[in-house]
Amino acid sequence: MKTDYKTIVSDGLWSNNGVLSMLLGLCPAMAMTTSATNGFGMGLATAVVMAASSLLVALFRQRITQEIRIPVFILIVASMVTLVDLAMNAWMHELYKVLGLFIPLIVSNCLPLARLEAFAAKQPPLAALVDGLFMGIGFTLALTSVGAVREILGSGTLFADASLLLGPAFKAIEMRILPADMGVLMMILPPGGFLITGLMVVVKRLFDLRAGREIQMGGAHSAPA
Amino acid sequence: MSALSRTSAAAPVAAPHASTSGSVTAVMATVMLALTPATLYGFWLYGWPSIYLWLITVAFAMLGEAVCLRLMERRAVPVLFDGSAMLTGWLLAVSLPPWAPWWIGALGGLFATMLCKQAFGGLGQNLFNPAMVARVALLISFPVQMTAWVAPLPIDMAAAPGPISGLLVTLKGIPQGLDAVSSASLLGFAKTEMSRGVDLLQSLPHAPSLSWLGSRPGSLGETASWLIAAGGLLLIVRRVISWHIPVAMLAGIAVPAALLHLVDPARYLDATTHLLSGGAMLGAFFIATDYVTSPNTARGQLIFGAGCGVLTYVIRTWAGYPEGVAFAVLLMNSLTPIIDRYVKPRVYGRDRQGVALDAPAMAARPIVGREY
Repeated sequence: MKTDYKTIVSDGLWSNNGVLSMLLGLCPAMAMTTSATNGFGMGLATAVVMAASSLLVALFRQRITQEIRIPVFILIVASMVTLVDLAMNAWMHELYKVLGLFIPLIVSNCLPLARLEAFAAKQPPLAALVDGLFMGIGFTLALTSVGAVREILGSGTLFADASLLLGPAFKAIEMRILPADMGVLMMILPPGGFLITGLMVVVKRLFDLRAGREIQMGGAHSAPA
Repeated sequence: MSALSRTSAAAPVAAPHASTSGSVTAVMATVMLALTPATLYGFWLYGWPSIYLWLITVAFAMLGEAVCLRLMERRAVPVLFDGSAMLTGWLLAVSLPPWAPWWIGALGGLFATMLCKQAFGGLGQNLFNPAMVARVALLISFPVQMTAWVAPLPIDMAAAPGPISGLLVTLKGIPQGLDAVSSASLLGFAKTEMSRGVDLLQSLPHAPSLSWLGSRPGSLGETASWLIAAGGLLLIVRRVISWHIPVAMLAGIAVPAALLHLVDPARYLDATTHLLSGGAMLGAFFIATDYVTSPNTARGQLIFGAGCGVLTYVIRTWAGYPEGVAFAVLLMNSLTPIIDRYVKPRVYGRDRQGVALDAPAMAARPIVGREY
């Protein structure tokens, strides 16, 4: 059976997007999106974890029996998260100080687990790697855009502190959109996370409706065969 | 309102059925009528800026409703004429600082009807009181503008801004030169003084005065407590609302306030101050009694009202904000489904366990499907 990589990629990025379609991983999607940079950093870390653990699970999928699959998945995800955690602490220490508390929580994010269960456990390694990677990138895009909207509305900036994450070269993309005292404080508080995430789901479904695409309702769909 | 649609959905089979003449529009109109005296008095106290703010808030609340209905491809006009969006905007407007800038009213109005009402499915579907959600959203988003109270400057006084300069106040903010004395409300004053270690016995003589007649800083809906209470009594007399929620809520504020004031007058304000301050009256008669977001049974309403009152007192006395009516009502709104689940009316012809009365043959059998 030939693997349809195009569908895997488009599923991950848009049509079956982890946050905006499947409504998975909402905890980091709301807790970590007070700014675009935070959302981007959290998304990247999750994407790395997802790609690596999808590949590992697909490699060992013949050995993992049905009864113990969940503990094994968790163990693999936890090992990958530990690697990312240590690597970030070593090489991106400033960002680690901001995100560090939340990196270990990737283990309990249901999006990686859902993809392992629904896709990686049943597919060849390369397809699983692509799926994990692009689901992760889709997750990153969703978190970055939710973070961008909340940051613009809440504090009036965009990509503040991006240079901490991406290096001094990215100082240029740190922008101030609104005057400093114009922010809607609620948007960077928890209610703003719920409101903006919900409205982004609305926007995505409107796009799909306009384009005549079938709207994927929430829930972890199994991957295309 | 949900009760109305429920009875019409379940077609009556037999038995006597009382009908009510009160349509949604009639109920809304009565509530607005009851709010009118206090609002007009507030207009007189705070002048043109408060009139413009009221107009803007009501207009944007209705605009938000219309936009949502159009987005859902429904006809907007019949729904707009039921008056519920106008009342939501009105209740929000009378809870705002009267000289707040126009965008406070505009954002609040849109937020109330679009996100707090229509997003849930429109009238009768919302879990939370739209006006209070909008007020809380504004309060946590714009704490500076939402706590900028002005002292009353009756509209017929020379110093009061006229129609044009009043419009400028609403559009551009309060100018430096204007003689508007910004002032703290009594609750805010007491909280600030307490936090810097001055107890109430020393600070109260300097506190802003508190009068029944309403010559004090506050929103349109809190200064004239007696007019609000009179409007509330009208609603009870006209049977738009029952007495349960207002009485329970006011008692829930007054009883703990009186007791604690008795114990330590230096730390706790007295009951009269609590009842006349902030949104206590407006909340008890107009906000907490919203049909959609309060329990259906009399006993449930007593629990709900007492909860609103006690929570208001707790928030005012020990929490960070000086005023807590909006938060208390929202918290109790979230408990309304639970209250309605556990406090149910006795089914006609059956006892509280659902066993049929005077029917020995039926009594032994448990009744299934009591939930309607």
